[in-house]
Amino acid sequence: MDAILEVSGLAKKFVLHQPRPTVLDVLENVNFEISPGECLVLSGPSGAGKSTLLRLLYGNYLASSGSIRVRHGQGWLELVGAEPRRVLAARRHTLGYVSQFLRVIPRVTALDIVMEPALLRGYAKKAAQAKAEALLSRLDIPEKLWSLAPGAFSGGEQQRVNIARSFMVFWPVLLLDEPTASLDDKNRQIVLELIEEAKAAGSAIVGIFHDAHALDAVASRLLHMKNEGDSPHAP
Amino acid sequence: MSALAHGMRMDAALPADVPAMENSQALMQADGLCRLFGPEQGCQDISFTLYPGEVLGLVGESGSGKSTLLSTLSGRLPPDRGRVRYRDGADWVDLYATGEGRRRALLRTQWGFVEQNPRDGLRMPVSAGANIGERLMAQGARHYGRLRQSALDWLRHVEIDISRIDDTPNAFSGGMQQRLQIARNLVSGPRLVFMDEPTGGLDVSVQARILDLLRKLVRELDLSVILVTHDLAVARLLADRLMVMRRSRIVEAGLTDQILDDPQHPYTQLLVSSILRV
Repeated sequence: MDAILEVSGLAKKFVLHQPRPTVLDVLENVNFEISPGECLVLSGPSGAGKSTLLRLLYGNYLASSGSIRVRHGQGWLELVGAEPRRVLAARRHTLGYVSQFLRVIPRVTALDIVMEPALLRGYAKKAAQAKAEALLSRLDIPEKLWSLAPGAFSGGEQQRVNIARSFMVFWPVLLLDEPTASLDDKNRQIVLELIEEAKAAGSAIVGIFHDAHALDAVASRLLHMKNEGDSPHAP
Repeated sequence: MSALAHGMRMDAALPADVPAMENSQALMQADGLCRLFGPEQGCQDISFTLYPGEVLGLVGESGSGKSTLLSTLSGRLPPDRGRVRYRDGADWVDLYATGEGRRRALLRTQWGFVEQNPRDGLRMPVSAGANIGERLMAQGARHYGRLRQSALDWLRHVEIDISRIDDTPNAFSGGMQQRLQIARNLVSGPRLVFMDEPTGGLDVSVQARILDLLRKLVRELDLSVILVTHDLAVARLLADRLMVMRRSRIVEAGLTDQILDDPQHPYTQLLVSSILRV
């Protein structure tokens, strides 16, 4: 199958100006491509830049050099240096990102949070709501919580609301930053099933999984990452 | 590649997923804007393009020039140099080269301006209903029943009890006044709304309600917004992209979460790292 995401010569260094000028070389010359239905797992020790790479792919961090090309709609979008509105359009339709953490917004209910990605794509509210409710049930969120803002939910409940939101729509490219971390066995199994279904539906997945069981279950390939950069240095 | 083509369950009722037109024409363009009151006081070298549906946040400390820039962009303060152009249908209007009449008409019909202090944006001696109806009347609406109906609809939209329609805003709380000001601005269906610290003077609990309301309305109405705020949490919640101002200049611009999570400029790094987290 043809690639949907192509990364070449990607580098990231953080230049910190406070409290004294410091440069952190986190990634250098990262290259890979991935096709629909594949799951590429980023492996390597803590500090190797796995999360940084995912954030670069999502446009949340700014690449220092290199290229990230993603198939978006009928064409290819170069994310490095893209205008904000192009990155946002890619996030609405092409690039999904799941972290362990839910960004809670005051007064916005769990159901509204989960439906949002579908509504942003212009889906009918009724269809979006039916799907959101099915996902929340599947992820074992009690129905009495659906109409509440998740600020007061437990960490695990917030995490599952976030996962429900992420699997609301089909993502051509799905970026997963430890989606199963700190879930109990039953819920972890459900998330792994959701990932398998997304793969079967044709999502290309790039993920970080610390738990070996999860990794074995979903990985089609590994990308080994190690601390290649120098230690922090002055510019 | 549509969800349907991949046989995802339950998606039968959902439309095929085609990226929306993101090549739409710009709505506003600023070129080399400059308005200075003293060295580095005011704004200078400001150029950017705003697209339909975009929410642009102007952030920076007090005195960085955010409000001066907002005034210049919204037709209230002529620049010393540079120009602001606004697209009105197929025409581009040069804001300060065009006549006063045209500029006022834009302000009344296609633009809104939400002031930090609702007392500056409302007419305090007249009723809530009249405050909402005023812009429609300025656009030629005369039918009393329809004006009243719009006022009722908008009071509901902004969660003000409709029994308050004949009260003057003096009797309202600060949060209600701010919601009324929002209704007054949006009733005429503007395409572009300027907001100057819209939650600035309010208690935090009241702030959350206004932010939630603004977030919903901006999306439902597909508004373009230029928002001044010094509160980076407000910026993260509402803005698609940010311009960071310091001493009259833009020091950094980009996608909101990228600016806040991976700031590049020393000043932005300082600004972001100075936020207290709870």
